[in-house]
Amino acid sequence: MSNVTEAEVRAEVRQWLSDNWNPDMPLVEWRRKLADSGWGMPQWPREWYGRGLSHPLARVVEEEFANVGAVRAANSGVRLLAAATLLEHGTDQQKKKFLRRILTGEDNWCQFFSEPGSGSDLAGATTRADLQGDFWIVNGQKVWSTSAHHADYGLLLARTDWDAPKHEGLSYFIIEVKQPGVDVHPLRQMNGHASFNQVFFTDAKIPQENLVGRVNEGWKVAMTTLMHERRGADGLPPPRNRETRTGRIHAEERAEAEKANEPYKWYPQRAGRVDLIIERAKETGANKDPYIRQEIAKLMILAKSAEWTARRARAAQQQGRPQGPEGSLGKLAASHVARGCSRVHTMITGTEAMLTGSESPREGIIAEILVSVPAVSIAGGTDEIQRNIIAERVLELPKEPRFDTGPFRNVRRN
Amino acid sequence: MATPEGYDPAVWRRMSEELALPGIHIPEEYGGAGFGAVELGIVMEEMGRALLCAPYFSTAVLAANAIMNAGTDADKSALLPDIANGARLATLAITEPDGSWDPASIKVVATPDADGYRLDGVKSFVVDGHIANLLIVAARMPGTAGLQGLALFAVDANARGVERRLLESMDPTRKIARIDFRGAHAKLLGSLDTGATPILRTLDQAAIALANEMVGGAQTMLDSAVSYSKLRVQFGRPIGSFQALKHKLADMLLEVELAKSAAYYAAQAAAVDDPEWPALASLAKAAASETYLHSAAECIQIHGGIGFTWDNDTHLWFKRAKSSELFLGQPSYHRELLMQRWGV
Ligand SMILES: Cc1cc2nc3c(=O)[nH]c(=O)nc-3n(C[C@H](O)[C@H](O)[C@H](O)COP(=O)(O)OP(=O)(O)OC[C@H]3O[C@@H](n4cnc5c(N)ncnc54)[C@H](O)[C@@H]3O)c2cc1C
Repeated sequence: MSNVTEAEVRAEVRQWLSDNWNPDMPLVEWRRKLADSGWGMPQWPREWYGRGLSHPLARVVEEEFANVGAVRAANSGVRLLAAATLLEHGTDQQKKKFLRRILTGEDNWCQFFSEPGSGSDLAGATTRADLQGDFWIVNGQKVWSTSAHHADYGLLLARTDWDAPKHEGLSYFIIEVKQPGVDVHPLRQMNGHASFNQVFFTDAKIPQENLVGRVNEGWKVAMTTLMHERRGADGLPPPRNRETRTGRIHAEERAEAEKANEPYKWYPQRAGRVDLIIERAKETGANKDPYIRQEIAKLMILAKSAEWTARRARAAQQQGRPQGPEGSLGKLAASHVARGCSRVHTMITGTEAMLTGSESPREGIIAEILVSVPAVSIAGGTDEIQRNIIAERVLELPKEPRFDTGPFRNVRRN
Repeated sequence: MATPEGYDPAVWRRMSEELALPGIHIPEEYGGAGFGAVELGIVMEEMGRALLCAPYFSTAVLAANAIMNAGTDADKSALLPDIANGARLATLAITEPDGSWDPASIKVVATPDADGYRLDGVKSFVVDGHIANLLIVAARMPGTAGLQGLALFAVDANARGVERRLLESMDPTRKIARIDFRGAHAKLLGSLDTGATPILRTLDQAAIALANEMVGGAQTMLDSAVSYSKLRVQFGRPIGSFQALKHKLADMLLEVELAKSAAYYAAQAAAVDDPEWPALASLAKAAASETYLHSAAECIQIHGGIGFTWDNDTHLWFKRAKSSELFLGQPSYHRELLMQRWGV
């Protein structure tokens, strides 16, 4: 990490923006400038499209971008999980090939971890990859793959050794989604949206150089992805105010966002919309009910404490601690907040919370919260799994007896 | 704890002389170390962790803050140096036998007389009221009501017209007294125009300090439950390998971390005088109260029968958790205050 001061960073980024920012430039061209200058991901290492800045200094950069309304590097979907995983485990060739196009938004990514037979127990994956000549040949099925219908690349966990114990026979790959052996079928969710998919692999091909980490050491790589995913669950980036800005680049960004964010448009509702609680209580008059006031206060105390806990965790990380299992605390807290919101929004809105159409409160948002919140405690590892992780990895409690040791071939499965 | 005084004077002397703890947040010009709410919070957290029995909360947190909030320079010079060096034990008397923490319900009357004021009425739930030498008393001018006419007064605890009685209470680690005032001589701190502000400020500062103490206690309860679960064997395996207990402990950790964040954040906000800090004081107090009591109850549960025995110390933390939950107002009271302070 370099020894620059906040004032130096501010001056430098201001100068760079005044020299380079132009809202009439094509989006990808601008994002290439961001990647090559390092201002797109200032917290990344200097040799890989970053500037090696600490998180507080990276926030300074963000502020300066916001001040002039400059477009940031692409950050939707799982692209940043892919990037974090590659930065830690990828070869130089992989970093070179993928990181820049992640930041420019040219490639979209998805995650192929869960399968019909293995969700919580991810290491029980039975999708197979077999090396034939220069290619890994993939056969099997993944499910709940968010955004696979928009993706160019997928992060794939597949079995490469059936005689090893289950965690030791998995490998981690980058697979091209748009190829003949990959079939993507959208699945409809309980809230009516279709953001996840089932995906069938029939002799799909992966070039050897797309193996991430070593053969049969994919579990370790997957853990990196998951820890970043759980960590991210403690707060979504605030919605940006793109609507009012003019210029070619903003128009292109809006079009891109509409497509890339389509699968995620209900995600604010799934997190519970704590931001609407007090507003709604005032507009409905529920703020006069002493019982509801208590429930609102309980929820807000939880939400605020969760926010401050996430900040503490981030501060600890800035002091050099790597991403660890504590991310599970944030994920679990986010589940509590979401469920609390669902309960309290119901109390505040009352009978009308059932309505979904044009006559419904807040154009159906309240009802959408109620039918979206159940996803929070399942996606990215269930609450129960987060508790197991906290108990065994943070509190170091003794492990439970296992029934899945020995060669994977002989382990009982679905 | 086991003595009627409720603390060990030798430990108190060392805390004061070697560590200068009672004056940690008192400005240097009045003999203190000149730190603020954050450092006070750190000290309180450690004391909570160890369940220290000492007149620290009463003297340093309640009385010293009250004097700093209400007193003139002369009052501070007269009273604070002996608090900072540990020579003077002091406390704050706000609540009355009705147990209300809302200063508007104060009934003790201060009647002006030739050389100051005379106090009449009854205070109760006064922490360390039986051992303090100096009482800071919240009272009202004759004929006033609500938040009008309130002020803080300094009273010599051994003066005529002051009658103190140790109350029998559940928490042996923090003793409380009832104090009857019958024409006791009192000196006004500061002036009458400040109204209830210094009292409210003192209560909010105390809520933050107590929240920090409580999260320290909650951490001890969690640590104790975790280490016992690794040791105790049933059904041929450590009880900590049972998922029901793992999940309970994971939930406890989350709860303790959340309450800590609230307590630290509130202390930081108070230290920089963030306009929101009184609301955050209520937030932190409500969060810490629920968390401490819950951690203590779960710690007893995880210890099984031994958790319910007198010889196992867990009950002492449980009792401190219970008294702290009620002291300065229970969680429902602070949640309502939070809503009001947020303008909901
Ligand atoms: C909205 C959404 C988006 C998703 N996006 C993706 C994606 O993009 N890519 C991807 O790969 N996956 C994705 N998932 C899948 C998700 O990660 C899995 O659904 C999740 O991990 C649970 O796995 P499962 O559905 O197989 O349930 P199971 O693992 O079968 O769990 C069923 C129940 O058993 C409990 N359980 C299981 N094991 C244990 C245990 N050891 N101890 C205690 N209880 C246990 C679980 O907590 C759960 O309550 C998504 C899911 C959702 C809901």
